[in-house]
Amino acid sequence: MCALSQSASVEDRQSDSDLTARSGTMIKENGRTVQLTHAGRTRRHKGSNEQVPVEANGKKLLVNDQNKYRSMMIRAYSSIWMIGGFIFVVYMGHLYIWAMVVIIQIFMAKELFSLLKKSNEDKKLPGFRNLNWHFFFTAMLFVYGRILSQRLVNTVASDKFLYKIVANLIRYHMVTCYFLYIAGFVWFILSLKQKMYKYQFGQYAWTHMILIVVFTQSSFTVANIFEGMFWFLLPASLIVINDITAYIFGFFFGKTPLIKLSPKKTWEGFIGASVTTIISAFLLANYLGRFQWLTCPRKDLSTGWLQCDPGPLFTPENVTLPGWFPWKELEVLPVQWHALALGLFSSLIAPFGGFFASGFKRAFKIKDFGDSIPGHGGLTDRMDCQMVMAVFAYIYHQSFILAQSVSVGMIFDQIITNLTYEEQRALYTNLGEIIQVRQSVW
Amino acid sequence: MCALSKSASVEHRQSDSDLTARSGTMIKENGSTVQLTHAGRTRRHKGSNEQVPVEANGKKLLVNDQNKYRSMMIRAYSSVWMIGGFVFVVCMGHLYIWAMVVIIQIFMAKELFSLLKKSNEDKKLPGFRNLNWHFFFTAMLFVYGRILSQRLVNTVASDKFMYKIVANLIRYHMATCYFFYIAGFVWFILSLKQKMYKYQFGQYAWTHMILIVVFTQSSFTVANIFEGMFWFLLPASLIVINDITAYIFGFFFGKTPLIKLSPKKTWEGFIGASVTTIISAFLLANYFGRFQWLTCPRKDLSTGWLQCDPGPLFTPENITLPEWFPWKELEVLPVQWHALALGLFASLIAPFGGFFASGFKRAFKIKDFGDSIPGHGGLTDRMDCQMVMAVFAYIYHQSFILAQSVSVGMIFDQIITNLTYEEQRSLYTNLGEIIQVRQSVW
Repeated sequence: MCALSQSASVEDRQSDSDLTARSGTMIKENGRTVQLTHAGRTRRHKGSNEQVPVEANGKKLLVNDQNKYRSMMIRAYSSIWMIGGFIFVVYMGHLYIWAMVVIIQIFMAKELFSLLKKSNEDKKLPGFRNLNWHFFFTAMLFVYGRILSQRLVNTVASDKFLYKIVANLIRYHMVTCYFLYIAGFVWFILSLKQKMYKYQFGQYAWTHMILIVVFTQSSFTVANIFEGMFWFLLPASLIVINDITAYIFGFFFGKTPLIKLSPKKTWEGFIGASVTTIISAFLLANYLGRFQWLTCPRKDLSTGWLQCDPGPLFTPENVTLPGWFPWKELEVLPVQWHALALGLFSSLIAPFGGFFASGFKRAFKIKDFGDSIPGHGGLTDRMDCQMVMAVFAYIYHQSFILAQSVSVGMIFDQIITNLTYEEQRALYTNLGEIIQVRQSVW
Repeated sequence: MCALSKSASVEHRQSDSDLTARSGTMIKENGSTVQLTHAGRTRRHKGSNEQVPVEANGKKLLVNDQNKYRSMMIRAYSSVWMIGGFVFVVCMGHLYIWAMVVIIQIFMAKELFSLLKKSNEDKKLPGFRNLNWHFFFTAMLFVYGRILSQRLVNTVASDKFMYKIVANLIRYHMATCYFFYIAGFVWFILSLKQKMYKYQFGQYAWTHMILIVVFTQSSFTVANIFEGMFWFLLPASLIVINDITAYIFGFFFGKTPLIKLSPKKTWEGFIGASVTTIISAFLLANYFGRFQWLTCPRKDLSTGWLQCDPGPLFTPENITLPEWFPWKELEVLPVQWHALALGLFASLIAPFGGFFASGFKRAFKIKDFGDSIPGHGGLTDRMDCQMVMAVFAYIYHQSFILAQSVSVGMIFDQIITNLTYEEQRSLYTNLGEIIQVRQSVW
């Protein structure tokens, strides 16, 4: 489940009678209580010695007031650090956000790889774990090679020697990745050990699923970033806003349960958050749309300042409002209308990413994907809704924002990757003549 | 395992003492023996009442001569029908091959979907099966939409009204497929039933893996077909040749086991087949390369005759041979050198697709993926090596064949015929920017 709405699951975890039975040993260490779970994994809760709530009804949010507010403090503390770190990276620039995405990916993959690992079987298969990271590296090369090839070309456009190397790398990019994948495939088959087949095939499938899930959304995130940080920052912020407001509305008004999968989510929280998110989307788009740092696409891999023509989407328009509005006119950036669609999706559909993660955890009887973030769980617990949103944002951007059609993009790619500079110039000259002819006739 | 080399596994199956115990009931029905396996699935073997071989050494291929030759006759009979049907479809044309691929896909998916299905759980989940077909339909729309969009455009280029419709469909293709996928995702989450979570998530993951495996290779197959049937026919034929010759060499000379996963495969069969396949690749490419029906790309979705300029790859060159060769000169199509690479891959790497399938069947204790083809098993049993080969052929073609043949003229033609005037201008502007950057620096 996403962000702060997970506080409910903290209680859920600790109210679970299993945990009380499991946590027979409670050791006080450096002022913090270390609880030993039945998986043998130590989990540090800052002062989380909470009792089982007495009643199980809608009002239980107000039971154990002190602990409830304390857990909210823990989560707020972690959230502030996360949001602060995020803003810092956004300020640093596109390349650093990319680095942040890659780091998050590595930790997510590590969490998820170890999730369904069985240490008994693993001992009999030395080196099998490395296969995961081989496929991870191959996926990274493939995904970022595709997305950033054009920008890499632009970065080295000035250096003729480097350009040749890069152009060749791009031309044989697909083959390289395929070769690496086949090497991993052959390695897997040669590593199959009798009586371990089922475990190994399960791990192989699991690895593929993880890498597909992790890399699809992160590749789209990075693609969005380089189209203009706005298209990364706005969707991500909307998810955060949706989660925080859902928690707040649920905390104060929560009564009707929303879905069996996540018993602490409420309809009041959901609806309140949806309305707030859509309104925030409209307003936030106006605020974020004023900064060229956020709206300009990054054409290469540099880290300097950005300047560009904002384009029609970010040019203010005046909209005349109906008579009953207090203001006569409103200055609106056209992009704000698109932001409404993003807000709608982030409040209605993106939470299903959280439900999926909840269902998954119930199916495999795990409490959290990891324990890197105090009060929240692991990285995947934080990213589950973000992933769904990132894919939507990319597809929305490609389909409804980008003026270029598919054909132009495809042909342009062909020109850049397949023709030499002299050939490109020849093509340019010929094309110029044709266009001039048309211009003079029409 | 691929094609005829599976005859060995037929013996393996029936020599398995389990099967003798399981097949307590043997009913003679219409001249064929129906054997009830322990899974309750009836399997029809035409006269396959074979006894357990006495010894388990290299010479066991000659034991039970009569039955061995009989099973070979069965497999040969099915193979002749398959190859005949295949040749027929090739003569019919590209569109019909595409239809054949789609039909094969549907049956493969059906086989694989039902493979890990547990009927008890399924009864409690009405309508859950339909989710598989929903995702199947979405995958089909996505994959073939991407590959055939350009050709669809060319087919309706003459009709302005249809062109507009098709152009819009293509523009919103990605958004449409995404919408379908998200609909399936939400449907899945809303269908989660308590105590069934693990089964449902397992089915969800399994569905994704199947669709990815089935559609990746089939989409590449179709892409190859429309680039020129040669690039589909040659790789597929090489796999068939490799399997048949591996069987023959193993039948007569087989002594040293190759890999634990497939105990009846031998090094002699493997090496004999590799040499034969590579030589056949060289010769077959020369034969296929003479037919314009096979070498010309299909630019649209028509079914008529094909005419085109063969291109440098299919234009004969004369090579002077060293003196010790009986011939002074040899007429070689340049494509034959590429065929050597295809032959090398088909003999060395593609069999790993068969090993993967064997390992998978052992892991999950299934004998065959299905039983549609007598003596061979199911469709997936036949397609496992073909799938690996199809992906390689596509990537090889994209990286080493296409790049060579792309020229200024070709791209210029594309620009003139496919882009609207506005798109041409936008391409011209973008290209101008790139060229100016280079001009100013170099």
